[in-house]
Amino acid sequence: MSERKIRLATCSLAGCFGCHMSFLDIDERLFDLVELVEFDRTPLTDIKHCGPCDVGIVEGGVCNAENVHVLKEFRKNCKVLVAIGACAINGGLPSLRNNIDLWDCFQEVYQYEGGLEGGVVPNDPELPLPFDKVHPIYEVVKVDFFLPGCPPSGDAIWRFLTDLLAGREPKLDYEQLHFD
Amino acid sequence: MSKTISIDGQSVPFEEGQTIMDAALAAGVYIPHLCHNPEFTPHGSCKLCTVKVNGRNVASCTMPAVEGQEVLNDTEELNADRLALTQMLFVEGNHLCPACEKSGNCQLQAVAYYLGMMSPHYNHFYPQREVDASHPDVILDRNRCIYCELCVRASRDADGKCVFGMSGRGIGSSLVVNSASGRLGDTNLAVTDKAVQVCPTGAILIKGKGFTVPIGRRIFDHYTIKQIQTGGGPHE
Ligand code: SF4
Ligand code: SF4
Ligand code: FES
Repeated sequence: MSERKIRLATCSLAGCFGCHMSFLDIDERLFDLVELVEFDRTPLTDIKHCGPCDVGIVEGGVCNAENVHVLKEFRKNCKVLVAIGACAINGGLPSLRNNIDLWDCFQEVYQYEGGLEGGVVPNDPELPLPFDKVHPIYEVVKVDFFLPGCPPSGDAIWRFLTDLLAGREPKLDYEQLHFD
Repeated sequence: MSKTISIDGQSVPFEEGQTIMDAALAAGVYIPHLCHNPEFTPHGSCKLCTVKVNGRNVASCTMPAVEGQEVLNDTEELNADRLALTQMLFVEGNHLCPACEKSGNCQLQAVAYYLGMMSPHYNHFYPQREVDASHPDVILDRNRCIYCELCVRASRDADGKCVFGMSGRGIGSSLVVNSASGRLGDTNLAVTDKAVQVCPTGAILIKGKGFTVPIGRRIFDHYTIKQIQTGGGPHE
């Protein structure tokens, strides 16, 4: 293929990087992938900000102000935005805290739970402002495609990517569509 | 000669007194449904089973079959409506499948898979709902309740106990437990009760059994709900 490679960015917001680990599970197909794409911002390149891209893949939901900044940067720069994994799609496990008062949550973690020096809730201006609820990314920006799973399997990710990169509407087989 | 209706052009026989859903299930025709369970009186609340009969939308689980009905079922339009209803059920509760013991055996999830639900689409309510773990053998997690009232019907009609009931209306509805304290542990519910077995979601679970069958090897991991509910695969 002589044309310009497709530019791809990925990031993890309020996620566990499990989707990124699963992405690596495409194993040697990564070699096929780099024939087709060039990575922009992603944990693989360690590029800190996203430039103009064809495809952006976002793992994790939105739990603090920094997540929103990164998400908006992705939406602004990526022609096609993909939500990958349960957290990006419905808040996922981080949203288990949505029905617990945020301050109760902090106290439980930093003050009542043993093992943390000092027992104070961190309050550094460098730390992003946490939200009282975790939200899926489509409640903040427009999302073009969804790839569910916790995480989606390497095969599901490969199927999705090969469809998308070939310009087809991504479609999973029945056994590749999972919410767990 | 037996009477027939037509579902998507296919001729389906029925007997007097049967609903469209009864006739469809007997003929192995899948109409998506959640609040319906052939063992209990139809409830007609989830509307997932909506079909078009002679141009009008009706709930097939409550609509009597009548000679000559032209029923549309598996159409793009009806399946889009069903998908929207399913998505609403997801955002109205707290459905975190990766943390749910029912995942893979859950009919709500299976219907979502069947309809190709890629996201819940609507804004989440993240409602505040109570978990009741007071019973020694059974847990009630209202976060996953879809108000199908199958447990209500089963407890009343099969177990003769009336352990469960609904309270409130519309978005203020909640599933209540019939004991002075309102706790499941203070009722005469037994783990063997039908009410414990019928829940289509992970709202009523038997304690200590959660992961006997691992995730990935469960019913709807390999079979569609259509296959299961029309007899094409193993039954739960
Ligand atoms: S009840 Fe079903 S849809 Fe809800 S969290 Fe459990 S598996 Fe998912
Ligand atoms: S607990 Fe289960 S069976 Fe009872 S109403 Fe809720 S979803 Fe239906
Ligand atoms: S299955 Fe008919 S309304 Fe729920």
